Amino acid sequence: MLPQGSIHDGARRMIPFDQLAAIRLGFGLSPRQALPDTPQALMAELAASTRAGELTTDHVSTIIAEGRDLRRAFRNGDAAAKEPLRVHRRQARQRFHAAFRERVARAVDAPSGLGERLVWFWADHFTVEGADIYQDLLCETFVDEAIRPHVNGRFAQMMFKAETHPAMLRYLDQVRSVGPGSALARRRPAKGFGLNENLAREMLELHSLGVGADYSQRDIEQLAELLAGLFYGPKQEKLFLPARSEPGPETVLGVEYGTEGRGRLQDIRAVIDDLAVHPATAAHLARKMAVHFVSDDPPTGLTDRLAAAYLESDGALAAMNRVLVRAPELRDGFRAKMRQPSDYIVAGLRALGLTGDDIRALDDRQTRVNLIEPLKLMGQPWGVPGGPDGWPEDAAAWATPQGLAARINWSMATPRRLLDRLPDPRDFAATALGDTASEPLAWAVPKAESRVEGVGIVLASADFNRR
Amino acid sequence: MDRRLFLRHAALIGCSAAASPLITPMAFASAPGDNRLVVIVLRGAMDGLDAFQPYGDPDLAGLRRTISLGPDHGALDLDGFFALHPALSGLMPLWQAGQLAFAPAVSTPYRDKRSHFDGQDMLEAGTGTDAPIRNQTDGWLNRLLQQMPDQSSQTAYAVGGERMRILDGAADSMSWSPRSTLNLSPQAERLLAHVYHDDPLLRHSSEQAIAIAEGLSPDILSEGRMSEHLELARFTADRLNRETRIATFSISGWDTHAAQANTLKRALTQLSEAILTLRDELGRNWDTTTVMAMTEFGRTARENGSAGTDHGTGGAMLVAGGAVCGGRVLGEWPGLAEGDLYAGRDLMPVRDIRAYAAWAMHQKFGIAKSTLEGAIFPGLDMGGDPRLLA
Repeated sequence: MLPQGSIHDGARRMIPFDQLAAIRLGFGLSPRQALPDTPQALMAELAASTRAGELTTDHVSTIIAEGRDLRRAFRNGDAAAKEPLRVHRRQARQRFHAAFRERVARAVDAPSGLGERLVWFWADHFTVEGADIYQDLLCETFVDEAIRPHVNGRFAQMMFKAETHPAMLRYLDQVRSVGPGSALARRRPAKGFGLNENLAREMLELHSLGVGADYSQRDIEQLAELLAGLFYGPKQEKLFLPARSEPGPETVLGVEYGTEGRGRLQDIRAVIDDLAVHPATAAHLARKMAVHFVSDDPPTGLTDRLAAAYLESDGALAAMNRVLVRAPELRDGFRAKMRQPSDYIVAGLRALGLTGDDIRALDDRQTRVNLIEPLKLMGQPWGVPGGPDGWPEDAAAWATPQGLAARINWSMATPRRLLDRLPDPRDFAATALGDTASEPLAWAVPKAESRVEGVGIVLASADFNRR
Repeated sequence: MDRRLFLRHAALIGCSAAASPLITPMAFASAPGDNRLVVIVLRGAMDGLDAFQPYGDPDLAGLRRTISLGPDHGALDLDGFFALHPALSGLMPLWQAGQLAFAPAVSTPYRDKRSHFDGQDMLEAGTGTDAPIRNQTDGWLNRLLQQMPDQSSQTAYAVGGERMRILDGAADSMSWSPRSTLNLSPQAERLLAHVYHDDPLLRHSSEQAIAIAEGLSPDILSEGRMSEHLELARFTADRLNRETRIATFSISGWDTHAAQANTLKRALTQLSEAILTLRDELGRNWDTTTVMAMTEFGRTARENGSAGTDHGTGGAMLVAGGAVCGGRVLGEWPGLAEGDLYAGRDLMPVRDIRAYAAWAMHQKFGIAKSTLEGAIFPGLDMGGDPRLLA
């Protein structure tokens, strides 16, 4: 049990638990929020993050189908379709901007932000990327439908929803994978239908066991055969099309799944249930969580406790979350982590006293100028980490000269665009960092030549860039 | 003629007249010299069998239906056996001028798990399989830098927003993205120096950011936005025209699991344009430049069910530059018959990709073979001289 009240940060100051938790596990301090001051209060915050947003995959499917019909009409010479097609594209883009603002707004409005941090963490674990505007939209519904409901629930359920979600099926090419012995492949041999291993490989390497675990190319191929049949089309009701599935049982990690007949969705659920509670998966997830929240090189004591809690609970993420919020390692590694750019910008918005509604009220241009473009320059273009392994964790990956220059620029330029009147920089240092401001920062802030630069120096500081 | 004999023959006649005697390490005792090395990391695993199509191999057609279709479908014949993908056609003049070469079947020592991330880590670490890849903390370009006498922090540059592990390590190097700017008042600069002082990582980055931003020439900044790969190449050339001698950046978009005929085109076009931009912007310095484009591994010999290819083993490396002894194929061709493939599915690598990099560093920077096979690429056997450079 963590000592309540305050703890020591390794220097002379005592950091109260609420500030420690908000900085390390959440999105930082906010003058608008009463920060949770016990582990129980932090856990109580999680329920709000499980609530889905308004945009659903069904809705996006309607948009995709509408776009397809409009493009078809336009290609077939219907000049009258041009204007509706333009409006359709603009509206889809606007929806995406709104969904992005909603993600940011929820993080800005959360008490500490642990729930939202967990959402972002698991969404990164199951990375899906945007490509066209439709995939961008599906990536947002992916977060709401596959990740949110399970951040304090069971990993197996999150994994099943993630692997079978349209955003994932499209991203890792599962929609193009057809069993070579399937009814479809036999019916149309000239098409050259076959398997695509992409999703199967990342399910083992990234999503569950981890690359160091004991699995082989054969396991990947067998899993790919088991997955054949998963499909998404905007007008397709079913998730699994038996005609595309590979007949016969498949053996993954020595366990046989399926029957002699066509593949079934329940076989995929069964293999995911087993992968989820594999000890290698527990170790992989525990390390990832400790690296993300505590230290780039986390103590084994913490990873062991996280893994044990996970295994003992048969894969309950709540059990890991409970270990995390009580971990004494949180104080040992204070500021060991560099805030990722999205985390950094949200923390900045919170410190400036903005509310979720302030974010929702930004127009698309303001959203681009203040949020989307800066994220890109800081090295984290929203929604496109560049590979299924997601964003890097180590501080050096984010503290590049160009990345830091972008953070400094944002610190100096953005606050005056978002606020009518900037706070006194000395007050702002206290608001943004509480009792954690370092002596060099306290020395420097009053010497700034202007409010703009004083506020900018707080946001650009080493103190604020780290958590 | 036997294919392997033919390749050896080509290598012998290729650049014999242009070959210059090896410059001894002593010549570099005072400065990094005039030679320039650019390493482009192609992230996502380039399909070498489509970039450089071995259309003369009788087994190719049986493996691929919609890709690697050879000269009958727009590829440019190179030597009667290989053909250049149409999207690389901009590089044809380089081939004709002897400034472009490629090794069709190389790899790092990485095998079997075919993970992009481990594959890239190993390519950039430049190590073998004896130590866990995830424990590697420095890259081989940095270890090269450590061997260069009188190098300065400007000698090596990582260009772009992306982290380049290949240049991570103890020797000081620079990194910058051509899209970045930084404009601070003198007072803000002083105060920031103070707040970063106790944080070595941020202190170092902020000092570099300020130094680079102040030294940027206006003509690099003033032009309107262009595609990222062109910006990277342009900025790289700008640095190489000054003090920098080693530069690296990456191009992504090679993971062509589906509809490769469409998806690979874009990445190849970017690679081609980046190389041509380097040539144009380097001017006379192109003559002393070697560009090596490397990818983490190749792709399956057989086309998959979605008109793409999956992760494989042997792949192609591209070499370009005025310093290159080009217009030829480097190394042997393993063949595509069933029994020739690695694990029955991938192109068999015939040589360690690091051997080519080592020979280039030996010839351009005068690094001793023992250092290359020890400190820089531990455990590597460089083998015979591939006569990469003129």
